[in-house]
Amino acid sequence: MDSILERSSLAMPILEMKGITKTFPGVKALDDVNLSVREGEIHALIGENGAGKSTLMKVLSGVYPQGSFDGEIRFRGQPQAFRGIADSERQGIIIIHQELALVPLLSITENLFLGNEQASRGVIDWDAATLRARELLRLVGLHDPPETLITDIGVGKQQLVEIAKALSKEVKLLILDEPTASLNESDSDALLELLLRFKARGIASILISHKLNEIAKVADRVTILRDGTTVETLDCREAVVSQDRIIRGMVGRALSDRYPKRTTVPGEVLFEVKGWSADHPAHPGRRIVRDVNLTVRRGEVVGIAGLMGAGRTEFAMSLFGRSYGRNIRGQAFLDGREIDVSTISRAMANGLAYATEDRKHLGLVLDNDIRHNVTLANLKGVAKRWVIDHEQEVQVAEEFRRRLRIRCADVFQETVNLSGGNQQKVVLSKWLFADPQVLILDEPTRGIDVGAKYEIYTIINQLVAEGRGVVLISSEMPELLGVADRIYVMNAGEMVAEMPAAEASQEKIMGAIMRSGETLMSGEALP
Amino acid sequence: MSAELNLPARGPRVSMGRFVKAHMREYGMLLSLVAIVLFFQYMTDGTLLQPLNLTNLVLQNSYIVIMALGMLLVIVAGHIDLSVGSVVALIGALAATLMVRLHLDFVTTTLLCLLAGAAIGAVQGFWVAYLRIPSFIVTLAGMLVFRGLCLILLAGQSVGPFPVEFQRLSSGFIPDFLALDAFNLGKFHLTSLLLCAAVAAALVAMNTRARLRRQSVAIEQEPLPLFVAKNVALAAVLIYVGQLMASYRGLPNVLIIMSVLIALYSFVTRNTTVGRRVYALGGNEKAAKLSGIDTRRLSFYTFVNMGVLAALAGLIFAARLNTATPKAGVSFELDVIAACFIGGASASGGVGRVTGAVIGAFIMGVMNNGMSILGIGIDWQQVIKGMVLLAAVTIDVYNKNKA
Repeated sequence: MDSILERSSLAMPILEMKGITKTFPGVKALDDVNLSVREGEIHALIGENGAGKSTLMKVLSGVYPQGSFDGEIRFRGQPQAFRGIADSERQGIIIIHQELALVPLLSITENLFLGNEQASRGVIDWDAATLRARELLRLVGLHDPPETLITDIGVGKQQLVEIAKALSKEVKLLILDEPTASLNESDSDALLELLLRFKARGIASILISHKLNEIAKVADRVTILRDGTTVETLDCREAVVSQDRIIRGMVGRALSDRYPKRTTVPGEVLFEVKGWSADHPAHPGRRIVRDVNLTVRRGEVVGIAGLMGAGRTEFAMSLFGRSYGRNIRGQAFLDGREIDVSTISRAMANGLAYATEDRKHLGLVLDNDIRHNVTLANLKGVAKRWVIDHEQEVQVAEEFRRRLRIRCADVFQETVNLSGGNQQKVVLSKWLFADPQVLILDEPTRGIDVGAKYEIYTIINQLVAEGRGVVLISSEMPELLGVADRIYVMNAGEMVAEMPAAEASQEKIMGAIMRSGETLMSGEALP
Repeated sequence: MSAELNLPARGPRVSMGRFVKAHMREYGMLLSLVAIVLFFQYMTDGTLLQPLNLTNLVLQNSYIVIMALGMLLVIVAGHIDLSVGSVVALIGALAATLMVRLHLDFVTTTLLCLLAGAAIGAVQGFWVAYLRIPSFIVTLAGMLVFRGLCLILLAGQSVGPFPVEFQRLSSGFIPDFLALDAFNLGKFHLTSLLLCAAVAAALVAMNTRARLRRQSVAIEQEPLPLFVAKNVALAAVLIYVGQLMASYRGLPNVLIIMSVLIALYSFVTRNTTVGRRVYALGGNEKAAKLSGIDTRRLSFYTFVNMGVLAALAGLIFAARLNTATPKAGVSFELDVIAACFIGGASASGGVGRVTGAVIGAFIMGVMNNGMSILGIGIDWQQVIKGMVLLAAVTIDVYNKNKA
């Protein structure tokens, strides 16, 4: 063990990424990022959602080909110019994404050699494939027969199949994107053990994770990204790196006045949710939202913080006409009176609206123009009985175009051609026109530029000034701190903390998530 | 939502060229139909637009057009219905059983048959919308089941003839209230001509009113010369067709039914909340659902509607043949679906116009008729029709990608 440690601390870097800058229209996703991974080390890459971790890994694996970014990649001493994933895989850089790329109805063997079949002249040698599969599965400690279908094994084992697949390609650098996000404790431990075994064999890994206790367990060094730049690289073997130290690195940024001032003072309780629970739609009994209580006052912006997969979207959608999950239980009250939210149209009739985080798939009819999207949730507002008044409809759309400053040629433009920020404004317009009492905004500023964000915050301020309530789900903590009056923290389907925004800080929120994560880790609450 | 609106006094100025280019997909289809008509008119030495042939053209295509109206809604909603040909046969058989064997009167029979069509649509719609079975599979099964039921009902034989009142549904013409020989017009059917002229006048008046309303809120973009040209052409074609038909036996009853339905469905798809919701459903079902639209019920009703229209088409077809046969309506579904796609409907849903589907049906109809007059065999007719379908959709997709 000592010799390995010694070697890794002295070792040459296997990977060096220098001055990586990647720009998307309107956004600088990566700005002069540096990352250096030594031979045979486990290198953790951490940062908030949107800090640029995934973008950096896409640059490394060739998803964004050479030329679409600035900077230099050196792998095993040689400068590299990857034009696609095939190029990086040939060099032994294998990335395992959060969403596994396995074909559910094919067997383990078939998946292991997908695109790399054990064949001569197009004819597969199944005996050789099976033997090779057994050997690979043994290496990752998976004891299921190789002819088992992927759909018949759990997520943890599927993760192992992905790793075995990486091994079959003679991996030199293994990249794991939140590998334990959907695993339970024992599967997570097994996976981390496996990484340590690979390390002993000289395979380097990059581990992207939000779970700081895991990182403390296995990582040799930690690189922290924030807002698309490298903050620092910490060496866990030289001195003990505390979780507080990492959290400070992740969130420690000055809040400038990126948020418009609001003068509205919250009034009496407008909306209340009591004991809300929901199960996963495909796995009844697997609780995704547990016993959530929430109140929103008139003129108040209530934030919900949490990491991806915390159950925030699931909570909001199950509340909005049961559009997610099953076995939904709980009560909702508006102005102290219990309301029926069992279907979307009833939830809307009772003053609720939910603007989705996934505007392309769930928010807009992309083939339709701005006008038709704006009126979709409230067609009666522009119709007499059944008949649509086209002129009135255009006027309504025009009004929102002005009010929300939607940048477009005219309201007859198809929404598919709008930028992300303007698409978001169309989604907001739709729900503003539906005239709700309580508006749930799910990641309303995801993927849009700073200017458009400011405008959306201004709209939120207008809404609460009219006496409505807003629930803001966001993964960007500075945004929650800047916009919300009160913040709930959600983790693993539960509300684990509630604090006034004035007393909240990013450290407090992160701390609440981590602490609750550890009590869950120690195995009391999880089934 | 009461902010003041300060709209500019005039709409955005759009040059003629840009406007035509932007609306090429709409006009392209109509121009294709005109081109095809002129082509066959020339090739057949004027036989195509002879009063007798024109009347036949309408009679032959009425049931396809009527079903295309329902099919368009089904396709826009993101589904397909392969069973309509079999439904035509089954309803014909049902009508024969009720009228010829059980001697029911034709009004009761018609109502029962339309109800049966609704029931057929409801069953298929239930499977598609509520049990979430793909419509392709449900209606493929329906195609077999309803054809089989038709054979059972008819015991494999043709049943006819129908009562005369029923035959009039298809072979009758509107009565001539002005059958005066005062102008020495011979057999000329003046009522038909005047009716066409009245419809033309009404359409032009409606278009003008709509244009003025749009101008009043400054959202009119169509240049005036184009608007005038379009309306003059529309009125001229209507009056010309009216004059042609009047010189034979006047307007067929079926044409009246068909025209009313086209107007109705055109209105429903463009101007009603239900119509708009069907487009949203086909464009993005999840977004429509999250906007409070009951997408399942809507899908269900598009199939019920299709069933009723298929039943009506079945009645018209049976009345035209004056007999119910087990082979009725074979491959009608393909003509109907082709009409919708030629007319610009998208196979992935959310896009398509009633007028497009009607034009598509007539493009197919004129080609059938014209090629038959030219004596082209059924073999080559199919090859040519298939290629036209492919070409029409390819051009449409190409234009869409370019725009």
